[in-house]
Amino acid sequence: MKKILILFAHPAFQKSRINKILIQGLDDIEGITLHDLYQAYPEMDIDIESEQRLVDAHDIVIFHHPFYWYSTPAILKEWQDLVLKHGWAYGHEGKNLKGKFIFQVLTAGGERMAYCQQGYNKFTIRQLLSPFEQMANLCKMNYLPPFVVHGTHSITMQEVLEHKTTYLELLAGLRDETINLDDLANREYFNDYFTQK
Amino acid sequence: MEQGGFFFQALVYLAAAVIAVPVAKKLGLGSVLGYLIAGIIIGPFLFGFIGEEGQDVMHFAEFGVVMMLFLVGLELQPSMIWKLRKSIFGLGGFQTGITAAIIMGIAIIMGFAWQTGMAIGLTFALSSTAIVIQSLNEKGLMKTEAGQNAFSVLLFQDIAVIPILAILPYLAIKGLVPETADAAHHATTWVDGWPIWGKSLLTLGVISTIVFAGKYLISPAFRLIAKADLRELFTIAALLLVISTAALMTMIGLSPALGTFVAGVVLAQSEYRHELETDIEPFKGLLLGLFFIAVGASIDFHLIAESPKIIFGLVAILITVKFVVLFVIGYFFKMGLDKNLIFSFSLAQGGEFAFVLLSFATSNSILSSDVANPLIAVVAISMALTPLLMLFNEKLIQPRFGTKESVKEADEMQEDKKVIIAGFGRYGSTIGRFLQTNGVYATYLDIDPDNVDLLRKFGLKVFYGDASRHDLLNAAGAAEADLLIIAVDDPEKTKEIVAVVKKHYPKLKMIVRSQSFFGAYSLIEQGADRIQLEFLDSALRMGTDALCNLGHRRHESFRASKTYRKNVEKFIPELSEVWQDRSLLISEAKKRMQFLEKSMLQEKEDFHKEKDIGWDASDIIKEFGEDKI
Repeated sequence: MKKILILFAHPAFQKSRINKILIQGLDDIEGITLHDLYQAYPEMDIDIESEQRLVDAHDIVIFHHPFYWYSTPAILKEWQDLVLKHGWAYGHEGKNLKGKFIFQVLTAGGERMAYCQQGYNKFTIRQLLSPFEQMANLCKMNYLPPFVVHGTHSITMQEVLEHKTTYLELLAGLRDETINLDDLANREYFNDYFTQK
Repeated sequence: MEQGGFFFQALVYLAAAVIAVPVAKKLGLGSVLGYLIAGIIIGPFLFGFIGEEGQDVMHFAEFGVVMMLFLVGLELQPSMIWKLRKSIFGLGGFQTGITAAIIMGIAIIMGFAWQTGMAIGLTFALSSTAIVIQSLNEKGLMKTEAGQNAFSVLLFQDIAVIPILAILPYLAIKGLVPETADAAHHATTWVDGWPIWGKSLLTLGVISTIVFAGKYLISPAFRLIAKADLRELFTIAALLLVISTAALMTMIGLSPALGTFVAGVVLAQSEYRHELETDIEPFKGLLLGLFFIAVGASIDFHLIAESPKIIFGLVAILITVKFVVLFVIGYFFKMGLDKNLIFSFSLAQGGEFAFVLLSFATSNSILSSDVANPLIAVVAISMALTPLLMLFNEKLIQPRFGTKESVKEADEMQEDKKVIIAGFGRYGSTIGRFLQTNGVYATYLDIDPDNVDLLRKFGLKVFYGDASRHDLLNAAGAAEADLLIIAVDDPEKTKEIVAVVKKHYPKLKMIVRSQSFFGAYSLIEQGADRIQLEFLDSALRMGTDALCNLGHRRHESFRASKTYRKNVEKFIPELSEVWQDRSLLISEAKKRMQFLEKSMLQEKEDFHKEKDIGWDASDIIKEFGEDKI
């Protein structure tokens, strides 16, 4: 059984509609730790040692956040800057993340079609996430495709609940190691692994 | 009454109550029934300890009802009435109207004149606020939907007494010889012989006077009394207020209970509300108990023995009619079956106002006393049966439906305030205003009458009161509150409040303002949940300001102050373990401060120890680049 750490970042969670549903109850599932960064560090004063201990204790790290300006909310960037130290996360001394898995769970306002060269956003989600993919490479982690909820401005409750079901399936699959990683590696999104069999 | 007689009387009453009530409670009958049984036992028909003077006691004890209505009035917030408007005017209005109409019909069928029928109908439509509220409170049902609906109906009835008293004189039947009313509150008043319209005008005038006085005169008067800082003086003033209102009403031949109810409603907005509530409460409890005893003692068993069929027949009719009407209305108002049962059973009796209205009706020649007397017995019996009916419902009927009504969270009748702030000076009021901007409306208590007055002028709803008194905390809602913020200036008072809360409300969470480190240690020892040092934040802001002025980077200074604060907050609970031993405390505190100083300074100088190493490139330059600068 693999242990999963979800680093959740949403600076206005009280107003969130979709993420509220996505993370509801995750904390009660065995093998999953939900870590709400804005709740833990209201003043952005990240406790580096305790974060590193947390990462050490898990096999899979998920950045779960709304896709602000093609990137993360500020606290996750702060988290990367401070926690992923040279000599701990990377460099010839830093081996603590080696072999762990990392990927992102995103909510984005635009539709999937908008994220391509001809589309409104000019780049694909995978292209925009390249800094995170490279972070994983540098830390010798396995980078998995992102799980994305698109079109959050016009989504129906039915669709949100379907996404939630997929998310739960994905977490269980990763935890119980029932996911075919070779198949997954060829997918653009983690969603596709479940929806395009 | 001579001295010995008086002491003997008091002895009999108190002994009866002390014996009967615990026994009744033990048997699960509730205190009301205990008092009633005590009354029956010592009354003229069993032991005869009290005879005719039972009537006098009754008039004296009606004061319990008067005080209870004053307190009910005090509890009435306009916002609450507005929230409950549907149940007060819907449930209450329908119940009173329909019940009165049906009973009037029955009376006419029995051969009474329509005027008499109407008077009886209106009288019997009312339920007993005293018994119902006491019983529901005791069973913890007051906050449930059934309890709230019952309360709404009772509220409507209490208000309805005003127009009923105004209507009754018009129902006088010519030829019926008016009795000389011997009832105390209808002893010949100086308005006798006035024309009816004059009486009505006078009534309006007096009520307006009460409203005006309550709004503009009472608060300044109480402020003066509060400044004298003598607790018993305040109690005396509170009693004087209730008694003078009652006396005024009696003078013009109106019900004193009504006057005090109106006075209570007017004062519900006043800053002295909690204090008044706290001071009147014990008298109310005592006198209400006495009132129930008197009701028990006044049940005329001779009359019942003479015509038991008629009396019990009437009791059965009264209870049945009221129950059915309530149940049907409850059904239409979509109450669940089990709630509806509690609601209907609890309100299916005659009320204490019936005694008032019946004697009022006899003195206004609407009823003859040989009609009124059995009716008084009927009302008393129905009141005595209420606790039994509720018990019957609870033990036999309710279990068959198997659903128990649960107490609903933060519902209609509870004030939507769950936070109490004790101490509302510059510190507490800042907290209060900050919470308000976040939609949290707390109950504010302050002990300085001048400050309360000033803040009220600013439109803040501050109450006068000493938060170290548990009865006052109770009046402010400590039993239901989620959080108590203690922001008083005086460290000794702070300790007192914490101790009182720990003792009486162990579940209530406290956030406590502390003036010093030593204060914080002792408060933690006493069990305060969270301590805020009143100086820490602002002193650190000043320190940060100083660093910035010395040329340090602002972000770095700000983060350093956060680190410092975090450490101090970590030390406090650790040091509170040793604070009693002065020398140990000093050495432990010194050790920590030195460590903090060292680690923070080291951070500044030595990048390897720096916790912000992620923002520093010297290590990376060593591994991946060449240092050329």
